[in-house]
Amino acid sequence: MAPISRGFFGRRQRVEDPSRVPPGQYVTGDFPVLSAGPTPHTPLDEWSFTIGGRVDEQVSWTWEEFLALPSESPTVDIHCVTKWTKLDTTWRGVSVDRLLSAVTTEAAYLTAWSDGGYTTNLALEDVTDGKAWVAYEFGGEPLESEHGGPARLLVPHLYFWKSAKWVRGLTLTPDDAPGFWETYGYHNHGDPWLEQRYQGD
Amino acid sequence: MAGTALPRRLNWQLGRVVELVGETDRTKSIVLNVPDWQGHRAGQHVDVRLTAEDGYQAQRSYSIASAPEDPHLVLTVERLDDGEVSPYLTDVLTRGDELELRGPIGGYFVWEASLGGPLLLIAGGSGVAPFRAMLRHWSATHSSVPTRLLYSSRSLDDLIYGAELLDGYYDGVDVRIALTRQWPDDWQGHRGRIDGELLHQVAWDPGDRPLVYICGPTGFVEAAAQALVGDGHDPRRVRTERFGPTGT
Repeated sequence: MAPISRGFFGRRQRVEDPSRVPPGQYVTGDFPVLSAGPTPHTPLDEWSFTIGGRVDEQVSWTWEEFLALPSESPTVDIHCVTKWTKLDTTWRGVSVDRLLSAVTTEAAYLTAWSDGGYTTNLALEDVTDGKAWVAYEFGGEPLESEHGGPARLLVPHLYFWKSAKWVRGLTLTPDDAPGFWETYGYHNHGDPWLEQRYQGD
Repeated sequence: MAGTALPRRLNWQLGRVVELVGETDRTKSIVLNVPDWQGHRAGQHVDVRLTAEDGYQAQRSYSIASAPEDPHLVLTVERLDDGEVSPYLTDVLTRGDELELRGPIGGYFVWEASLGGPLLLIAGGSGVAPFRAMLRHWSATHSSVPTRLLYSSRSLDDLIYGAELLDGYYDGVDVRIALTRQWPDDWQGHRGRIDGELLHQVAWDPGDRPLVYICGPTGFVEAAAQALVGDGHDPRRVRTERFGPTGT
């Protein structure tokens, strides 16, 4: 039992369904921006999305080809390790299931990599069966660069650093290898419901 | 941190408030004695957790404003009027109270002498907090790394660590203050927002490969980072941290 903070009462939020807010999180209506470096601005005619690594044959899409893929419009809750949770966010993008169906692989993990050098690692089972997308619209508008546009990974069931901004590809690997924040003390898996914020949580 | 050692959990621990320093009308530094503190690197942060009598809890992150070499852990907190945790920390917490925290957290937005420089620190408002840790570390290690702090504040009254920064405590650090809203008639520093021209003057030549840290509100960080990258600085030498109220 944590010690009582003398004189702290808290400003309890009236959340319609508290069961949607993971432990240690608070609900915000904002969409805060967090990133480790400058926002990259890759022109769309130089943009591509690539699935490579341990696959039978690497596959790439140009921006136009990517937009032509069948899309989905998920409405999801997102949870940032810096404690904010945003409910009912609306996105449009291509499911990772759809993208992975273009390759044959026996890999069990992947590293998502981004413009600007960011990486994050995920188990394949965390991004398949309708659990992840590469999203290019937010709230009905093209995804702003500050928020990861032109396209970002969207893995809402894990802390949001796993939803790599400015994502350009997935590299499939037989073994798990920590990405950017995962080597800087953040949890390898990042399940907000288990409050897996930092290494050892 | 990325070694082969088994991850050790960052446990919640208690610090006792030994002093509260009013930095500005809205900002206080909380000086803590944390008996079990295992050290940190300049630029890292901690999570603070408050618990009400009925068990309700709230957590937030705050940058560490003290150097690893300092005897106490210091957190500098800006009061956000609609905040839940910061008004408690600035208005209710008193000397002798205990505060629950865990850390240190984050391993990227850190500077230590071995990373070299030239070192350029760009702060907007309360984003200056982690830079105090870096500057104090710079001083404590008698670093010879050429270092500049470019700090944007609304007015002199809003200047955090004003006495330290203006009175030459960091002898050898080139401190440049930009006042954006109000300045004394005889103000010798920059008047107005930090812009591309000022950054161009202050940021060394891109060929010198300065290591740049920017911390402040999102719009401030975005503008400064874009100006530097546009000026030819290597984006991979520009580290950013967003600060203050959420938004945009």
